[in-house]
Amino acid sequence: MQKEYAVQMKNITKHFGGVKALTDVSLNVEKGEIHALIGENGAGKSTLMKILAGAYQNDKGQILINGKEAKITSPKDVINLGVSVIYQEFMLAPDLTVAENIFIDKLADSGMLINWKMLKKRAKEELKKLGFDDIDPEEKVGSLSVAYQQIVEICKCLARESNVLVFDEPTAVLTFSETQKLLSIINNLKNNGVSIIYISHRLEELLEISDHITVLKDGKYVDTVVTSSINKEELVSMMVGREITQLFPERKTKIGKEILKVDNLSAGNLVKDVSFSIKSGEVVGFSGLVGSGRTEAMRAIFGVDKKKSGKVIYFGEEVNFKDPKEAINKGFGLLPEDRKKQGLLLEQSIRMNTTIASMFKIKKFGVINHNKEKEYVEDLLASIATKYGSMEDNVNSLSGGNQQKVALAKWLSADCKCLVFDEPTRGVDVGAKTEIYKIINQLAEEGVGVIVISSEMSEIIGMCDRAIVMRQGLIAGEVDKSELTENNLIKLAMGV
Amino acid sequence: MANMELGYDKNLPKEKKNKKLNFKQFLIDNNTYIILVLLIIISSMLTDTFLTSMNLRNIALQQAAPILVAIGMLFVIVAGGIDLSVGSVMAVGATVSAILISDMGMNYLPAMFLAVVIGIIFGLFTGILVAYAGMQGFVASLATMTIARGVSFVITGGRPVKLESGTLDTIVSKEFFYPIILIAIVLIVVFAFVQKYTSWGRIAIAIGSNPTAVQLAGIRTKRYIMSTYAVSAALAALAGVFIAARSSTGSATVGMGQELDAIAACVIGGASLAGGKGFVVKAVAGGLILGLIGNIMNLMAVPSYPQDIIKGFIIIAAVLLGILTNKSEKTV
Repeated sequence: MQKEYAVQMKNITKHFGGVKALTDVSLNVEKGEIHALIGENGAGKSTLMKILAGAYQNDKGQILINGKEAKITSPKDVINLGVSVIYQEFMLAPDLTVAENIFIDKLADSGMLINWKMLKKRAKEELKKLGFDDIDPEEKVGSLSVAYQQIVEICKCLARESNVLVFDEPTAVLTFSETQKLLSIINNLKNNGVSIIYISHRLEELLEISDHITVLKDGKYVDTVVTSSINKEELVSMMVGREITQLFPERKTKIGKEILKVDNLSAGNLVKDVSFSIKSGEVVGFSGLVGSGRTEAMRAIFGVDKKKSGKVIYFGEEVNFKDPKEAINKGFGLLPEDRKKQGLLLEQSIRMNTTIASMFKIKKFGVINHNKEKEYVEDLLASIATKYGSMEDNVNSLSGGNQQKVALAKWLSADCKCLVFDEPTRGVDVGAKTEIYKIINQLAEEGVGVIVISSEMSEIIGMCDRAIVMRQGLIAGEVDKSELTENNLIKLAMGV
Repeated sequence: MANMELGYDKNLPKEKKNKKLNFKQFLIDNNTYIILVLLIIISSMLTDTFLTSMNLRNIALQQAAPILVAIGMLFVIVAGGIDLSVGSVMAVGATVSAILISDMGMNYLPAMFLAVVIGIIFGLFTGILVAYAGMQGFVASLATMTIARGVSFVITGGRPVKLESGTLDTIVSKEFFYPIILIAIVLIVVFAFVQKYTSWGRIAIAIGSNPTAVQLAGIRTKRYIMSTYAVSAALAALAGVFIAARSSTGSATVGMGQELDAIAACVIGGASLAGGKGFVVKAVAGGLILGLIGNIMNLMAVPSYPQDIIKGFIIIAAVLLGILTNKSEKTV
């Protein structure tokens, strides 16, 4: 029997600058099935879905929707073809009501006057279809729980008469019972003929709910399997099983005495009872899924976020950094994960960005010595092989790799004794990656204790003396250098 | 750390960039100054009275106060804020100094000093509301604007406080070479230096471009944000004293609407209300552009209401020019 496909993506290839994000990836989703898409962070799932959603354009390959070739140039095209994506961050307007949100893309087309009664009634109907008539259509979306917001988002997609829904990590923010409820809703949708693409890191869920699973790795297609024919261990080995091809530079490891000890740290909702320690000259990886609390733990130590409880001992002395300034004064630095939002002053000069954390070196009585600063910046940027035109240019004129080096230079110049690198190579091409690894090695050889938070397991394995894995805010375990394999990391990260 | 040797050649191939230091770029970078110069040329052609020493001195005496206010406003704006209270704080400066001199018999110099100190208190009040209480600059300074205006009316009882000659008018007198013009020039130079060469000036602009990054770089952003409002208020209070000196009266109605002229001066000078962009000297030029337009229209006997209309269009033209030149930069 000829299978009918809701979505076919054939041989999709996508470059970002010189970086190949997807190579020849294919995805075939049958009508009325739940098709799971898995892979490590950075495997290309999100890129593939963004191409389907019209947010990116593929360089090569073909997309067929309901058997017809689709020319997708904008998100609107895709929605008109009946495909909707539900992102992790919902596309909802928190100050509008549930009804307004569900029909938000129809409000503009409804003429001069909106028939509120009708709108409310139809919203109620949509909600009822999913079994959620307890949600008041006139309630503001912002006051709903996350799970209910998700329901509203699903209703919005169904109201557009979508017959393909893409769920991107829908359960990452849900509690166990909410997850169960969502899974049963998704099953109902499937029974009503809706095709579903389901992205998740939670293997149990995928195995429970999906019909087929497509595995991606490093932007390449691995395989598509029938869910009933596979188990968790086999899936993990499909996601992993690669030789590390990137070059991780050698490091002369000389581990000294303990410099940082964290005892039972809790902070926010994401960090629970975290304990670990770092020695001088050591590179320690923090692995785990996005949202497992790695960044939040470091931010709490650094003094950006408040600690709930726990002790931090730094060079034998108990410290409680109340803001980053105190931390930096004591030689504790943090390179934030999002360099555009948190790391750099994009519209300011390279020079200013490089010295913003270490102005004390180039000023006297509050006056900056520009000549000294220029020399200093030139030497520092040259020492880490940063390519730039003029140091007066804005940072956003640089490539991603060189931007990251400027962000790094800022921390190098602050003379830290313990440095946290949060996703130091995200969005950076392979060549610049190796250079950033060299900088990390150099720091460790000079006796700095380095913490690398990374979602790329190969990076943790290639760079770190040991790795600490977090899961749902807790330390899931620690892996020694000799046992650092993707298998071990994934198992701890997913709690297999 | 600066001398980390990773075996790289220092003479790296520089990353390619369209660096056009040509005539067009020069025009874009200096458009405020060019407009100012063109305006001076046009003005001197339009009337014979423009380029007379008397008229130029009048312009300088007139513009000293608004320019100080514009400088203070610029620091608030580059740090990502806005200060609507400057006009009212001018009134505080004018009335406090007048009362101290004329009702309490104080010498004019300590009276000026105290007026500025009281202005700073209003600035700190706004600054604390913004930086520590998390209010938006617009709202906090709107409140201070009303309060400061009210205070000026209360302390004067609404009457204009007359100043005897030989007191505050010394700072506008010819014998001493018009001190307020000298003070204004010195302050322009000082604050241009502060912006370019001090860590305070640099941190202000850095906060305006990305407060999170600045905080994560170990800078206590709140106190800097607060201090920009204090500087703005100090300059506004001093400007108020200037106006009291020129009119020999301390009036609670001084500086009405001056906040908008100050904002306009900054914007004409290329400052972005989103923060992170703006220059002291360009804001001064922006202020002069506004002042000159007023002056030339007075000389040509244009009535004051049409003047406002023309002023409005000048602001639009200047800002549009900025937007258009920015766009052409991006498409290069």
